Amino acid sequence: MADLPDASTCYELLAKMALIRRFEEEAGRQYQRAKAGGFLHLGIGEEATIVGTTSVMRDDDYLIGSYRTHGHAIARGTDPKYVMAELFGRVDGASGGRGGSMHIFDREHRFMGGYGIVGGNLPLGAGLALSSEYKGEDTVTVCMFGDGASNTGNFGETMNLAALWKLPVFFLVENNLYGMGTSVQRHSAQTDLSKKAEGYGIPGKRVDGMDVLAVREGVAEGIRLAREERRPTILEAFTYRYRGHSAADPEVYREREEVEEWRERDPIETFAKRCVEAGVLGEREVQEVRDKAEEAVTAAVEFADASPEPPLDTLYENLYVLDSAAGWYAVDERSPEPHRGEREDRMPDAARELAEAGAAYAGQPASGERPNPAIEGDAELGVEPEIAAEREDGGDR
Amino acid sequence: MTALRMREALRDAMAEEMRRDESVFVMGEDVGVFQGAFKVTEGLLDEFGERRVRDTPISENTIVGTGVGAAMGGLRPIVELMTVNFSLLALDQIFNHAAAIPYMFNGQARVPMVIRMPGGGGHQLGPTHSHSFEALYLQAPGLLVACPSTPADGKALLKAAIRDDNPVIFIEHESLYGARGEVSDDDDEVLPFGQAAVRREGGDVTIVGVLKMAQVTERAAAQLSSEHGVEAEVIDPRTLRPLDLDTILESVRKTNRAVIVEEGWPHGGVGANLSTLITEQAFDHLDAPVQRVTGADVHMPYSKRLEQAAIPHEEHVVKAALATLEGSI
Repeated sequence: MADLPDASTCYELLAKMALIRRFEEEAGRQYQRAKAGGFLHLGIGEEATIVGTTSVMRDDDYLIGSYRTHGHAIARGTDPKYVMAELFGRVDGASGGRGGSMHIFDREHRFMGGYGIVGGNLPLGAGLALSSEYKGEDTVTVCMFGDGASNTGNFGETMNLAALWKLPVFFLVENNLYGMGTSVQRHSAQTDLSKKAEGYGIPGKRVDGMDVLAVREGVAEGIRLAREERRPTILEAFTYRYRGHSAADPEVYREREEVEEWRERDPIETFAKRCVEAGVLGEREVQEVRDKAEEAVTAAVEFADASPEPPLDTLYENLYVLDSAAGWYAVDERSPEPHRGEREDRMPDAARELAEAGAAYAGQPASGERPNPAIEGDAELGVEPEIAAEREDGGDR
Repeated sequence: MTALRMREALRDAMAEEMRRDESVFVMGEDVGVFQGAFKVTEGLLDEFGERRVRDTPISENTIVGTGVGAAMGGLRPIVELMTVNFSLLALDQIFNHAAAIPYMFNGQARVPMVIRMPGGGGHQLGPTHSHSFEALYLQAPGLLVACPSTPADGKALLKAAIRDDNPVIFIEHESLYGARGEVSDDDDEVLPFGQAAVRREGGDVTIVGVLKMAQVTERAAAQLSSEHGVEAEVIDPRTLRPLDLDTILESVRKTNRAVIVEEGWPHGGVGANLSTLITEQAFDHLDAPVQRVTGADVHMPYSKRLEQAAIPHEEHVVKAALATLEGSI
C-alpha cells in the first residue's frame, strides 16, 4: 500500500473526489428534474481513478477523455459551475451549450475534451502528443478511455502509431467492468486489458482504481516514462460506476450485490478513513471538505439556472473560423448573423441581397429569432411547448 | 510563370508553405520514402526530413485523428489519404471530430488541417479506387471543400487551404496529376476560397463543371460553338464550400439555362444540390429545367469499355446543353 502523502495533498485529493461525487449526485438530480437533457453518464464511484490521475499531471499537460468526463474537467480545475451550465445547455457552459454532457472542454486547464464516440479520442490524444513532440516541448498527453474502447479499431491503430513514433502519451483504461451493459468477459477475448497493447509495443500494468494513492503512483510512473523516455505505456485501473451506464439504465446486466460489494470499497470513504486513522486529517477537515463540496455544487446549480439560453442568433457561431478566410460562405445565407469573410465589402451585391433575403437553402429569416416549435409550441403544427415536467425514464433509448 | 504538371504544382504549394511556416508538416501512407503513391510529395522528404514528412501505417482513421489532435495542439498538418475511397475509413474522424470540434467546443479549439485525397475514374482501378465523393464532403458543416481542375488553381488553392484555420477536404483528380499548365512563381499567390472561375463567356447556356469535369465542359463548350452555334458560359466553382453561388446565379440570370456536370453519383450529388439552389434563387430566370450530367449510378467497373461508359464525356454535356435549348434554336 502506498504511503500517505503530506496533509495538504491528502486534503486536496479528498476535496476533489468529494466535489466530483457531490457534483455527479446533483447532476443526476437535475437530470431527473429535466434541467439537463440528452444522455447523462455519471462517474460516481470512479473518483479515485480520475483524481489520482490528474493530481500527478502538470498544468501544461493535456488530458483527453471519453463521454463520462464531468469529473475529469473538474479535477483539472474547471469550475463546476461551467460544467453544470453545460449540462443545462446554457450560454455559460464549458462548451457554450453546444456540446452537452459528453463534450465538456476547457482549453485554459488543458482539458482537451470529452468525446461521444467511443475510441474517437485515442488518435486525438496521439495527435496532441505529436504536437508537443514536434514543438520540442516536454508536455505529456494523458489519454483516458473505457474498457469498451479497447475493442475499437482506433485502439490498435493508435497504440501502434504511438509506439512507432515514440509519442509522449500515456494511456489509462478506466475499466469499470462494463462497456455499456456488456461485461468485459463478454466483450473482450483478452480480459487483461493491460496486456492488450503489448503486441503493438505498449507495455501495461494494472492498478486498483478505487485507491487514489495507487492510481497516483501508477500514473506518475507512466507520465515519467512518457515525458523522460518517450515511452508510451498503458495502465488499467479497476474501477466501478455505482450508477447505470446512463441515467436511463435499468441495470439488468448486474446484480445488486455486486454494486454493494464495490460500494464497500468506496474510494472517498476508504481514503478519508485512512487519513483520519493515520492522524493526517481530522474529522473536522473531512466534514469541511464535504461542506465545501456542497457549497460549490449549490452555487453551480444557481449559476447554471441563472445563465441564459444561448441566443438564437449564435446558431452559426464558431462553425467556421473566419478571421483568416476571404470571400463568403454559402452558409452565410441562412445565418441570422451572416458569416462572411474578413471583409464584408468583398461580398458581391447579389450575395448580399441573398444574405439579407435569407432563404437560400431553407427559407430562414435573415434576422431575428428563429422560431423553434419544440420550445415555443406551434398550434398549427400541433407541437406542444417543451415539457418541463419531472422525467422518470431519462432519455437513453 | 512556369509550365508545371498538377502534381508538381501541388508539391510546390506544400514545399513553399513548409518553408514559410514551421508548423506545417505532411503525413500519410507512403508520402516519404516512396515519394507519394501519385508522386505528389516527391522530393519533400529530402528537403524537410522525417520530422516533417511522416510515413504512416495504413490506419486511415488514426492518421486523420492524429492530424486533428496535432492541429488542436497548434500544428498545421497536411494529411494525404491515398484515394478518396480510403477516406471512408476515416469518416469518423472527419465528420465526428475534425468538422465538429470547433463548433461543439464553442471555438475553444481549432482544426487547421488539410486532408488531401485523389479520386475519380479513368484508370481501370475498379470499384474501390475510382470514386468521386465531392458531394459527401460538401454535406458536412465545418468542412471546406476544394476541387481544383488546373495546376495554377491547384497550387494557389492548396496554399490557401494550408493557411486556412478550418479543416479543408482537398480533392484531387487522378487523371489531372499529369495535366500541364502555367503556374505562378509568386510564393505569396494564394487563391481565396469561394471564387469561381468563368472559363469561357457565353450567352446561351451556363455549364458548371466540377473537378475534371471542368475540363470536359470546356471541350464540350468548344464543340457546342463550332458544331451547333451555341455559346456556353463555362464556370468552374473551384471550391464547393464556400461556394461562389453568386457567380453561377449571375450567369444563369443572363443565359436562363443551366447544366451541371460532375463525375460523382447522381443521387444527392453536387448537381442535385446546385440545381436546387439555382431553382430556389433564380426560378423566374429559367427557361428550361436545370440539366445534370453525372457519373453512372453504379460502382466503377473495371472493364475499360464499361468504365468509360460510366464517366461523363463531352457528348453527354453537349446533349444536356442542347436539351435546355430545345425549341429555342
